[in-house]
Amino acid sequence: MMRKLSRSSFAGMALAIALTGCASTNPQDPLEGFNRAMFSFNDTLDKAALKPAAEAYQAVLPSFVQTGIGNFFGNLGDVWSAVNNFLQGKIEAGALDLVRVTANTTLGVLGLFDIASDSGVPKHEEDFGQTLGSWGVPSGPYIVLPFFGASTVRDTVALPVDLKGNIWGYKEPVRWRNTGTVVRLVDRRASLLDASNLMEDAALDRYQFIRDAFMQRRLNNVYDGDPPADIKDGKDGNDSQE
Amino acid sequence: MLKKILTNVLACAALACAGVAVADEAPDVLVKRISYEVLDTAKADKDIQGGNQKKVLELVEAKILPHIDFQRMTALAAGRYWREATPEQQKRLSEEFRALLVYTYSGAISQVREQKVEFKPLRAAPSDTEVEVRSQVVQPRGEPIQLNYRLEKQATGWKIYDVNVLGAWLVESYKSSFSTEISKNGIDGLIKALSDKNKRLAAASAKPAKNS
Repeated sequence: MMRKLSRSSFAGMALAIALTGCASTNPQDPLEGFNRAMFSFNDTLDKAALKPAAEAYQAVLPSFVQTGIGNFFGNLGDVWSAVNNFLQGKIEAGALDLVRVTANTTLGVLGLFDIASDSGVPKHEEDFGQTLGSWGVPSGPYIVLPFFGASTVRDTVALPVDLKGNIWGYKEPVRWRNTGTVVRLVDRRASLLDASNLMEDAALDRYQFIRDAFMQRRLNNVYDGDPPADIKDGKDGNDSQE
Repeated sequence: MLKKILTNVLACAALACAGVAVADEAPDVLVKRISYEVLDTAKADKDIQGGNQKKVLELVEAKILPHIDFQRMTALAAGRYWREATPEQQKRLSEEFRALLVYTYSGAISQVREQKVEFKPLRAAPSDTEVEVRSQVVQPRGEPIQLNYRLEKQATGWKIYDVNVLGAWLVESYKSSFSTEISKNGIDGLIKALSDKNKRLAAASAKPAKNS
């Protein structure tokens, strides 16, 4: 069954790549043919496995358990955010992330309780792609990765580093690590259920909508909510004013 | 006699002040007021919390829509094609886009629970006619959600013409879809696509609310 899925998907991918020669609708998305194929693949996987799992997770587990799980993995993620903040020269932000980790791991009982957010030290996720962006590396074209989803060329290059910075990746024994990874994935998907349902309703063309929202959001994250105006406006060369 | 004159003068003054106040309410003050009003109402109303679409739409119609300039929003999303549209097409397109946005984003309001809104200081000169109001929604779990607004000063007061959620501007996010649809099927094609979508959303919202 798995092999059959892969074979027909790869055939579809190959066809899509071949069709990439056709005009892409957006100069920012030169890989559109490939991306749409990957998007479909991920979507199929999501509808078949991940979304039902996330819906069951959300329906069955009491919300305080879901929050605890989210907080636990979020706490581990804060360590990597701290590292990236330091790499970006944002010393205060990095220090605050370490405060979060310390407080949540000790008083928050191994990260199950996010007392740092309650005490006014909010969470800000940083990853190595954002670090590269802050160093001046442009994002490059939009690319949809199998399984990992929306990304950019720069962030794809950064991905192996992010995976190395994932503390849970070092958890022994391996079956704990794998179980934990699956739980984290399902929890993450569950937290995005409302947003993704909204996306289904809001978009005319989901692929385009997600792509354009993602690219804006990524730029926004690299600049921590304050992208420079000349990049924000008119990058397609059109006069956006009436 | 004197009392009557005084009352009239005060009444006129009050009316004049009200008129001036409405047009002069600062953009960040306006957005703050609307936000708190909507949030407070949504949190207090059991029907809305239960997902009653009709009540949510009523709230949106009453408190939010009067402050949004959908014409401008649609024009920006349509880009260069706007100029090629007839006034009738422009009107219909704005109406359909407005309906789409109302149906889809009203859903978010019924999901409000313990969220709070915080506003960042307004960065604008007093003479600016276009400003950006920045806020964030603080929630019990996860990162705060960035929520920004672009407003334009018009005769009847400041009007919102773009919204940014989590770093993505609404107008920018719809531009590609609009231009693809228009280049394939023309403006009427886009109007029809939006209209079909709205009919589907209307039918879906008529069904009993799903538990959140």
